Amino acid sequence: MSALTTTPSFPNTVAEWHLPSRGKVAMAGLIIAESAIFTIFVVAYLFYLGKSITGPTPAEVLETPIFYTICLLSSSLTIHLAAKALERDYRRLFLLLWLLTIALGGLFLFGTAMEWHRLIYERGLTISTNLFGTTYYSLVGLHAFHVTAGLIMLSLVAIFGFAGRVGVDQSVRIEVLSMYWHFVDAVWVVVFTVVYVLGR
Amino acid sequence: MASDAITVPVGQTEARPWVDELHQWLTTVDHKRLGILYIVSALLFLVIGGVEALIIRIQLMHSHNNFVSPEVFNQMFTMHGTTMIFFVAMPVLFGFANYLVPLMIGARDMAFPRLNAFSFWLSFLGGLLLYFSFLGGSGLYGAGSAPDVGWWSYAPLGARAFSPGHSSDYWTLALLVSGFGSIGTAINIIATILCLRCPGMKINRMPLLVWMNLVMAGMVLLAITPLSTAQIMLLIDRYLGGHFFDTQAGGSAVLWMHFFWIFGHPEVYILIIPCFAFMSEIIPVFSRKPIFGYPVMVAATVCIAFVSMSVWAHHMFTIGMNSYANSFFTLTTMAVGVPTGIKIFNWIGTMWGGRIQFKTAMLFSIGFLFQFLIAGLTGIMMAASPFDWQLSLSYFVVAHFHYVIVGGILFALFAAFYYWYPKMTGRMLSERLGRWHFWLFLIGFHLTFDVMHIPGILGMPRRIYTYEPGRGWDSLNFIITIGAFIQALAILVFVANLIISYFKGARAGNDPWDAWTLEWSISSPPPAYNFATVPMVASRRPLWDLKHPEDPDSRYE
Amino acid sequence: MSTFRMKSSTLRILAQTMLLLFWSAVAGWASEPKSSSPNGTNIFAPASTPAKSIADLSVFVLVTTGIIFVVVFVLLVYSVVKFRGRAKDAGREPAQVYGSTQIELAWTIIPILIVVVLFLATARVIHAIQDAPEPAGAVDVTVIGHQYWWEFRYPKLGIVTANELHIPVSEPGHPTPTFLQLLSADTDHSFWVPELAGKTDLIPNHPNRMWMDPQRTGVFLGQCAQYCGIQHAKMLLRISVDAPEDFAAWVRSQQKPAIEDAGVLDGRRVFERNACMNCHRVDGTSADGRFGPDLTHLMSRATIAAGAADNTHDNLRLWIQNPRAIKPGSLMPAMQLSDPDLDAVVNYLETLN
Repeated sequence: MSALTTTPSFPNTVAEWHLPSRGKVAMAGLIIAESAIFTIFVVAYLFYLGKSITGPTPAEVLETPIFYTICLLSSSLTIHLAAKALERDYRRLFLLLWLLTIALGGLFLFGTAMEWHRLIYERGLTISTNLFGTTYYSLVGLHAFHVTAGLIMLSLVAIFGFAGRVGVDQSVRIEVLSMYWHFVDAVWVVVFTVVYVLGR
Repeated sequence: MASDAITVPVGQTEARPWVDELHQWLTTVDHKRLGILYIVSALLFLVIGGVEALIIRIQLMHSHNNFVSPEVFNQMFTMHGTTMIFFVAMPVLFGFANYLVPLMIGARDMAFPRLNAFSFWLSFLGGLLLYFSFLGGSGLYGAGSAPDVGWWSYAPLGARAFSPGHSSDYWTLALLVSGFGSIGTAINIIATILCLRCPGMKINRMPLLVWMNLVMAGMVLLAITPLSTAQIMLLIDRYLGGHFFDTQAGGSAVLWMHFFWIFGHPEVYILIIPCFAFMSEIIPVFSRKPIFGYPVMVAATVCIAFVSMSVWAHHMFTIGMNSYANSFFTLTTMAVGVPTGIKIFNWIGTMWGGRIQFKTAMLFSIGFLFQFLIAGLTGIMMAASPFDWQLSLSYFVVAHFHYVIVGGILFALFAAFYYWYPKMTGRMLSERLGRWHFWLFLIGFHLTFDVMHIPGILGMPRRIYTYEPGRGWDSLNFIITIGAFIQALAILVFVANLIISYFKGARAGNDPWDAWTLEWSISSPPPAYNFATVPMVASRRPLWDLKHPEDPDSRYE
Repeated sequence: MSTFRMKSSTLRILAQTMLLLFWSAVAGWASEPKSSSPNGTNIFAPASTPAKSIADLSVFVLVTTGIIFVVVFVLLVYSVVKFRGRAKDAGREPAQVYGSTQIELAWTIIPILIVVVLFLATARVIHAIQDAPEPAGAVDVTVIGHQYWWEFRYPKLGIVTANELHIPVSEPGHPTPTFLQLLSADTDHSFWVPELAGKTDLIPNHPNRMWMDPQRTGVFLGQCAQYCGIQHAKMLLRISVDAPEDFAAWVRSQQKPAIEDAGVLDGRRVFERNACMNCHRVDGTSADGRFGPDLTHLMSRATIAAGAADNTHDNLRLWIQNPRAIKPGSLMPAMQLSDPDLDAVVNYLETLN
């Protein structure tokens, strides 16, 4: 048994038909969703400022991580340059800048780890100490988790880059990934302001 | 002006071993199959959630009844609500979106087929996790089994101190997992609609169903995530000693309420907007006219999406916000009724001057219009916060939201079933069984949910496993229970229709309803690749233009 | 085929019209002022100013939404009847109308105006109820919600009681409203006595305030409205609105410490020996527990277990022996007393008037 399938077709009603890249749209959607998550954690942090019944306050224990912040924010620059380099198929330059990005991100994570170690073992602040502890570790921790996830993805790309598989044809995908990385940095700007500037 | 006619062999009959068929279904990334998986799994959970509802209704049939213990009753209403919202309504709507959106925009599949499959299985896993709680929830304290904290799990009731054992963790994890599935689907829908439309289908030429699913998907990104966040915070409280909602440490129970309802209110619009989409496709076809006021329908939907993000605290009118906050949320809640209400006028305007055909899908659509009108008006009543200080947390609210969900959403879904089942299966559903389904369900629905408003007015709170005699609630509850059983009967008729028609229904052909959107231009069921050649469109109703070349829509848009 | 169609549409119009009549009857019945029987919980039988303001506003809202309903319902029914497809129309399509800017503008502007009117009416009532100042003669009660009972403290009068509230009737010329401060000892609850006021929640770490000025004496019923756990359903409220002299008499008797009756000394020993005093307070004795209800004047109450049972000898005995039989999930443990001890302690409690 067969049936006729009639697909409507009109001659050249459309000269050019350009639609956005699905990878970029999807990443934008993910960024919107993640922004909502971070917003709620930020709201909780701000709401609970000054409401802890016991324990250390932000002013007593926090040290502003200026150096590590500069590392992370510079990594946005390096990833942007890396993506631009790849667009022109400068593979070696791309790989160099990409590795630099990973290093800077890794340095940031190291800095976070150092700070947490100090806070827990020297200052006695844990997630269960008081409201400040809970909201601080959750917010900064969520961000660090996203940095970690990003670094894993960047490292995978680096592996493929060394294997010679990343060229100008992968430009759009690299751009999508760098959108994520820029988002992570933007979130850090907000978290930094809320925790280390406003909160103290 | 020629249309390509391609002969496609349909229904080739080499018998395949059933294991192959099963394997196909388990590993599919095809949006049509995933759509059907979503829909079928939702129907399964509908039956389970319905049984839970019947248990609730039997217990409440008269005062001081002993059908189930308070423990079991509290689990029943928690599981009923959680199941119906997260494992029936959301999946079935995602299922229809999955099936229809690529077809309506002339695409081959969704933008990310594997993400699509992953999202479905996450969602299904969430449902299994929730129901596993009946077996595995007891934990160390033997205090558990299924969650019994209500589907909102208000703090501090959800805290370790008041909910020992793991029962409420199953609630949290099930929703967290399926929430990620929902976000994946939403991203997929947005990317598909923005990036895969066929040539000529500009943004203002998409069918309204596509528009509304786009808006819905955007809302999912912003609304589900607050719930996921709150649940992560709850887990931190329960397992890492956190204090997000720990009132003993200075935490705030009200904060949970805010986070929950920032999810919870947009959630109900996420549920109703795809139903508006169904109505906007079905009512025009059975009125034989285009939708009245397409641009305003789009604008109103977008408007609803934005305004609905500002009304959430109308669920919290009794928690003691100050008079300014209460006034603000009263205003926004009444305001969101405007773009919602005018849609009803647009649908009536579509029917006006038309030639209405009363197929079963249209019967359910008209039922939807009537019931959604009433539901919206009882919503306006509760928007007046002082009135809500009496009505909130009573059976009036329960009646209101069931009026929207059953009288609105479920009726629209039934219409969608009768309308698109032929496309999905190649068979028509029986009109005769459809009428039995419609009338039985209509009577049962009104018996239950019209009457249910009254105990609320007479002071009956919700979530009580029993009540005192002499308050005037006994006979009303009895009638409500009778109506519930009539609805159950109607659902059985519906399921019978789905099954019988699959084997015995009349062959549907490409276009049984003489409709106008792209899915009706291909076979029923469609071939795996959807369209043999990529369609090109010049108006909102490409098939109308084909069938009426002397008077195409493209002339008027 | 066409007769089938017509029959189905006529049936529907019939069904919808009947529903309309039914619903109007309900609305009419609901908006009649009702005389409140002692057990009434009808929000449209208000006996106090907040409940009255709410009821009046509600009638206004009901009438407005009722009119909207009738208008749209008529349009819907008309369109379904007038524009039903007839057999003779088969094959011809009606005029394809895409929209009308004027009509759509009209049906947007009118609802906006309705919203403005409704909002202004509502905002007035919100402020009138929530921002009402507390007059000098008001009675202050602190309500503390527990799983699954109500603690009532009158800080200025030095009274502590449970589950059954006594407040004075408020005369229009000389208002003596009762202002309630709402606190919670554990999870969320909600104080709802429909004929006296709208409900307000009791939330830990979030004190709330409400007031009522009942204008007739009698017993008013209510119950907890916010799901608080397993026995949420049996957290009943009983408010006795007393004439001024009766209220004064009640206050005086509640302010006295527990009656000492030498005849029930062995029962009192049982009470003190068996950890009852860890949870319960009996004023004037060494029992000073705060976890359970104050029992100093237990026999002045008509019910026990927050309304779950009448305050009779048998119920009291059963409650102490096996609370699960009356209120499963209640936090009162079964006290495992021998029968003689049980009888003795019940006799003792029955002297606490």
